[in-house]
Amino acid sequence: VCCVGEENWVDSRTIYIGHKEPPPGAEAFIQQRFPDNRIVSSKYTFWNFVPKNMFEQFRRVANFYFLIIFLVQLMIDTPTSPITSGLPLFFVITVTAIKQGYEDWLRHKADNSVNQCPIHVVQHGKVVRKQSRKLRVGDVVLMKEDETFPCDLILLSSSRDDGTCFVTTASLDGESSHKTYYAVEDTRAYNTEKEVDCIHATIECEQPQPDLYKCRSNGVKTSFRLFFRPLGSENLLLRGATLKNTEYIYAVAIYTGMETKMALNYQSKTQKRSAVEKSMNAFLVVYLCILICKAFVNTLLKYVWQASPDRDEPWYNNRTDTERQRHIVSLVFTDFLAFMVLFNYIIPVSMYVTVEMQKFLGSYFIMWDDEMFDEELGERAVVNTSDLNEELGQVEYVFTDKTGTLTENNMEFIECCVDGHVYLGVCVRVSVRGRVTLCCRPPQEHEELFFRALCLCHTVQVKEEETVDGIKHGIHQGKSTSFYISSSPDEVALVEGMTRWRSFHALCCCCFFRFQLLEVLTFDSVRRRMSVIVRDSSGELYLFCKGADSSIFPRVVSGKVDEVRAREGLRTLCVAYRHLSPEQYEEVCHMLNGAKLALQDRDKRLAEAYDVIEKDLILLGATAVEDRLQEKAADTIESLHKAGMKVWVLTGDKMETAAATCYASKLFHRNTQILELTTKRTEEQSLHDVLFDLSRTHFSGTLLSSRLSGDCTDYGLIIDGATLSAVMRPTQEDYKEIFLDICRNCSAVLCCRMAPLQKAQIVKLIKASEEHPITLAVGDGANDVSMILEAHVGIMGKEGRQAVRNSDYAIPKFKHLKKMLLVHGHYYYIRISELVQYFFYKNVCFIFPQFIYQFFCGFSQQPLYDTAYLTLYNISFTSLPILLYSLIEQHINMDILRKDPSLYRDIAKNSLLRWPIFIYWTLLGVYDALVMFFGAYFLFNNTTFTSNGQMFGNWTFGTLIFTVLVFTVTFKLALDTHYWTWINHFVIWGSLVFFVVFSLLWGGIIWPFLNYQRMYYVFMQMLSSGPAWLSIILLIAASLLPDVLKKVICRTLWPTTTERIQVGA
Amino acid sequence: MMASSYNAKEEDGHHPGASNNGGPGVVKSKKPDNTAFKQQRLPAWQPILTAGTVLPAFFVIGLIFIPIGIGLYVTSNNIKEYEIDYTGADPGDECYNCSQNFTWNSTTPCVCSVPFTLTQPFESNVFMYYGLSNFYQNHRRYVKSRDDSQLNGDSSALMNPSKECEPYRTSGAQPIAPCGAIANSLFNDTLELYYIDSNGTSNAVPLVKKGIAWWTDKHVKFRNPGGNDNLTIAFQGTSKPVNWRKPVFEMDTDPENNGFINEDFIVWMRTAALPTFRKLYRIIQKKSSSTPTLASGNYVLNITYNYPVRSFDGRKRMILSTISWMGGKNPFLGIAYITVGSICFFLGVVLLIIHHKYDTRNNSADIPG
Repeated sequence: VCCVGEENWVDSRTIYIGHKEPPPGAEAFIQQRFPDNRIVSSKYTFWNFVPKNMFEQFRRVANFYFLIIFLVQLMIDTPTSPITSGLPLFFVITVTAIKQGYEDWLRHKADNSVNQCPIHVVQHGKVVRKQSRKLRVGDVVLMKEDETFPCDLILLSSSRDDGTCFVTTASLDGESSHKTYYAVEDTRAYNTEKEVDCIHATIECEQPQPDLYKCRSNGVKTSFRLFFRPLGSENLLLRGATLKNTEYIYAVAIYTGMETKMALNYQSKTQKRSAVEKSMNAFLVVYLCILICKAFVNTLLKYVWQASPDRDEPWYNNRTDTERQRHIVSLVFTDFLAFMVLFNYIIPVSMYVTVEMQKFLGSYFIMWDDEMFDEELGERAVVNTSDLNEELGQVEYVFTDKTGTLTENNMEFIECCVDGHVYLGVCVRVSVRGRVTLCCRPPQEHEELFFRALCLCHTVQVKEEETVDGIKHGIHQGKSTSFYISSSPDEVALVEGMTRWRSFHALCCCCFFRFQLLEVLTFDSVRRRMSVIVRDSSGELYLFCKGADSSIFPRVVSGKVDEVRAREGLRTLCVAYRHLSPEQYEEVCHMLNGAKLALQDRDKRLAEAYDVIEKDLILLGATAVEDRLQEKAADTIESLHKAGMKVWVLTGDKMETAAATCYASKLFHRNTQILELTTKRTEEQSLHDVLFDLSRTHFSGTLLSSRLSGDCTDYGLIIDGATLSAVMRPTQEDYKEIFLDICRNCSAVLCCRMAPLQKAQIVKLIKASEEHPITLAVGDGANDVSMILEAHVGIMGKEGRQAVRNSDYAIPKFKHLKKMLLVHGHYYYIRISELVQYFFYKNVCFIFPQFIYQFFCGFSQQPLYDTAYLTLYNISFTSLPILLYSLIEQHINMDILRKDPSLYRDIAKNSLLRWPIFIYWTLLGVYDALVMFFGAYFLFNNTTFTSNGQMFGNWTFGTLIFTVLVFTVTFKLALDTHYWTWINHFVIWGSLVFFVVFSLLWGGIIWPFLNYQRMYYVFMQMLSSGPAWLSIILLIAASLLPDVLKKVICRTLWPTTTERIQVGA
Repeated sequence: MMASSYNAKEEDGHHPGASNNGGPGVVKSKKPDNTAFKQQRLPAWQPILTAGTVLPAFFVIGLIFIPIGIGLYVTSNNIKEYEIDYTGADPGDECYNCSQNFTWNSTTPCVCSVPFTLTQPFESNVFMYYGLSNFYQNHRRYVKSRDDSQLNGDSSALMNPSKECEPYRTSGAQPIAPCGAIANSLFNDTLELYYIDSNGTSNAVPLVKKGIAWWTDKHVKFRNPGGNDNLTIAFQGTSKPVNWRKPVFEMDTDPENNGFINEDFIVWMRTAALPTFRKLYRIIQKKSSSTPTLASGNYVLNITYNYPVRSFDGRKRMILSTISWMGGKNPFLGIAYITVGSICFFLGVVLLIIHHKYDTRNNSADIPG
């Protein structure tokens, strides 16, 4: 028995195919436990929801703080009743729990639909249907065509004779081409249920690890034959890939559930925090400090003030005996807490409720948006995490997947050019590989050769469509009766294009040629070309070569090179040929065979041979293939650029294809200077040199260009996966820095050949850079999931439910990103920033008078306002107008926002929540509070207020201030509102009316359940006094004056772009 | 220049063909409703604050506020107010002895008289106030030390007052009625006013004690237990507040002003907002249109000095004031109105200049662009 894996025995797992344990005694049998095939993306279960959710919620600083305040209120004698903070807190916790519970329920539902999809499993020689989640390691699975693998499988046998199967991994790495996988040599023959069931074998493979392209399996051991065969990634079918072009296969599960490579490529779902929330927390800390300072100052002053006993305990106001006996320390501490409780409204509980509600309700506008509905797909935008709405207005980096996101994932042959003439007419018939019949109108020599070359020089395979009972199988239903499969989508496009155009020129289908394929010089990404050597029916030998223009031109000896113009957005391939004499062919054969048989440096020698063979070419023409961009993709990218966002394309595709798309989508312009950081370059120079080189040229470039006019050169960077992993190597911190530096100055970056985790790494790298930019990732495949999870905001495209499930936002098409960011994101940011600032402002206004009042009531924690006002101020009197504002405010029309992406720059970098603006709002609040308090103070000070000579008490004083307060903060919001719909009118005036009605009612009757009647008729008495009315009007006017003034002056003297457009509109 | 525009979009206008698109049922159900609200295209008024729009508002506010301010100021100045401090803090003050010799237990009340002269006659109704300074009626411990249920005539609360009243809740084993610190510290100086006519004889000025408390307080909020008749029985089993000389049911001989509904008591129970405050004590009603309510001349204020304020550096005052429609003498409101009005007017002018300058600059900048 061969034991290759002996040394890392612990790291490997042994799988018994079909759960057939070895005969006892043959080997020490250790049952390993593997997880079932359940995929879990949900956070809670029914049982742990309440404790886990509570724990998570109280981990939030604010909630924890409110809980503490509530507990303090319960424990000590406080100026306000525990209800005032308990009720809002309870409300917050409940609303949040319901929301999170609902979101998790949706996740459960999605998980269930995946986990319960039926799978065919071979058990005792029969095929049994099982739910996907019940699949276990060692189960033998029967997969049919177009089914998606439920877990990682080792291919045992296939319906095809050669034991291969074709698989598309589009949802894993975005490559839609068909890849060939091979069955294990020894089990190839077992291709019925019965036969498969009698395989007795074990597989030893390493424990799961996330690298998609690596598979080190120690091998299959069929127990009776004692035969060992190593397995590689060509045997491993990954979860998420789809079986294509193969009727059925048998395969054995080796990694299941959360251990599949795809699941390992996910990252754990962490809660994303938006920048606004971070600012909010920072403001909160400031307010907490203010609060503690206030409480501290008041406590200190209280003890200074009451140092003399007549103040502490005048004869009219004695303490109780129990209070007298308390220790001074406990008294001080209690007083401090009491002040904290009194002023705790400065940190508003209701802000969290309102923010949550705003986010939750606001997200419906995205789902409701008619313009983000796609008629074709019948899909509309979906919001999975409403916590990040405003982050959409803050995006600085957009990472997008290419295939399927930017493009339709559908290559199309657009045109060709022979001798400088653009041709639209070809007629070709392609049959099985290598033998092509070409028919053409009486051709010119070059033309004929060109189309011959196109038809011959490829590695396309034909799949004939089977027709069973008149129902067509296959993905291209109704398009053609047969379709082509190749590892290169361009070739498919070329061949398909030819087939398509054949119909236009049916008349010239007159002559058939038969060619014999002699050699194929396969494609590689270094040479960027491929060739075939054929012999035609007349015995002539030709070498046809096809490749990227840059790789063909240097080898061309004749042909109109200049005529072949590259067209923007199209992927061009040049076609050239060379006539070979039999002697030359002999030589070529000799060289190739020599190289092929070489034992050492085979690749190198082959490359050398190819290099010699592919020379002295005659250029025939060029073809143009397009991976059709999604509708308006270029327009969207341009808008994003204009809005100041940097767009990165991260793709698993080849560099050439990706670059072509980037040109087409206007990511790179013709005048963009492309910096390359690819394997090709790093092979020539060391990575170190390349990096330094780039950053140096780059810097000198920018310096120069900035010194010359403002006409700055646009830089674009292309980097591939291999180089990136070299850059990201943890030992090379300075490489990262240089790399980031280069990236920062490039408006567009293309990363090709990326593994899913690398995509996430890139996002992480950018996110962690100094400026901590906000990132957004768009992708449609499962391979984008990790990047979507890593980015601040994830958005997905059309295909792949996996991506939809894990994204924060889902949009049907890439073009919807424009409205999503420029309109919705902008609005959400404006709305929430006003919401946050306004909330702090209105609570400063609310609590600051209470603070000043302490100086006039002997620091006794006497509340200025009645309990009802304290509780309801944030809950009902002033909550609805701001909530509504934060839902429907539109400072600029959405059409203008869309037309003028540069407006997005106005709010970049969290500009509305910067410290100066926060300080302005706070100072405004303090000013308003001072006006209100001292206005009322001077009115009340030692004079009569009524026309009947009767006096008002402290509750009237508080009510007067409170009335001014409610009106002032509501009017302040009214002044900030730019979009007055009838709902705004209703809510703003309605909440003022509600306040008045409530106050009338609250003071109107003796409330039987209350033990105090302090508010009885206070409000009515106040309104019956003329000076009260006059002073209310005066104080409101005085409070609002500076803000109006500031607005008008700023708008007139230093207008922002937004403000200019508002006036102009 | 109108900087606001009315943005009214037709509800169905912006997505033509949405309704007649006969797609499959699945598509239809997912398609968002095309309502103005859901598409955020509700018709809206979009006002924008610019110098142009705000300017007129500033001028209007200025032009309204300044006259109001002047009116208020003049009214306030026309109000006559006379105030004397009778604390007796300094030796030589009339009430110095009374304030110095104060004890809670004294049986004979200390009386002192303060003479004063009104130089101007008080024409309309005159309101007599007592004022206290440095008296923290708004101290939290004090404010909450009352039982509104007891004061509302609730019999269970009468016998078992609220805990908030501590330490003025019980006296010995008996509950205190009315309980609490506020009631306990009821202002109990008696003020009498005498007019000294030219002959040197003093005539008592009639002081009306009805109507000094809020009507609602007297008739709804404050009620005697078991109605107004026979308060002695109603208050049986309760104790008088510690500092009171008489029990609550002997406040007044008039049954309509006795017990909890005694107006002096009700006035006191409305705690003042600030440590310096005044409370309405009596009203001197105008008798006839020909004679002033209080003619100019010499007066004597007779004080039965029961209320100690010296211990906490307090002051006691007596204030005589006429009242206009805007209350007592208070120049602040008028001045404030004039100030705000003038600032608005001034800012209006400033804005006009800025607006004018900016507008020309803006226009010239716009032409090449």
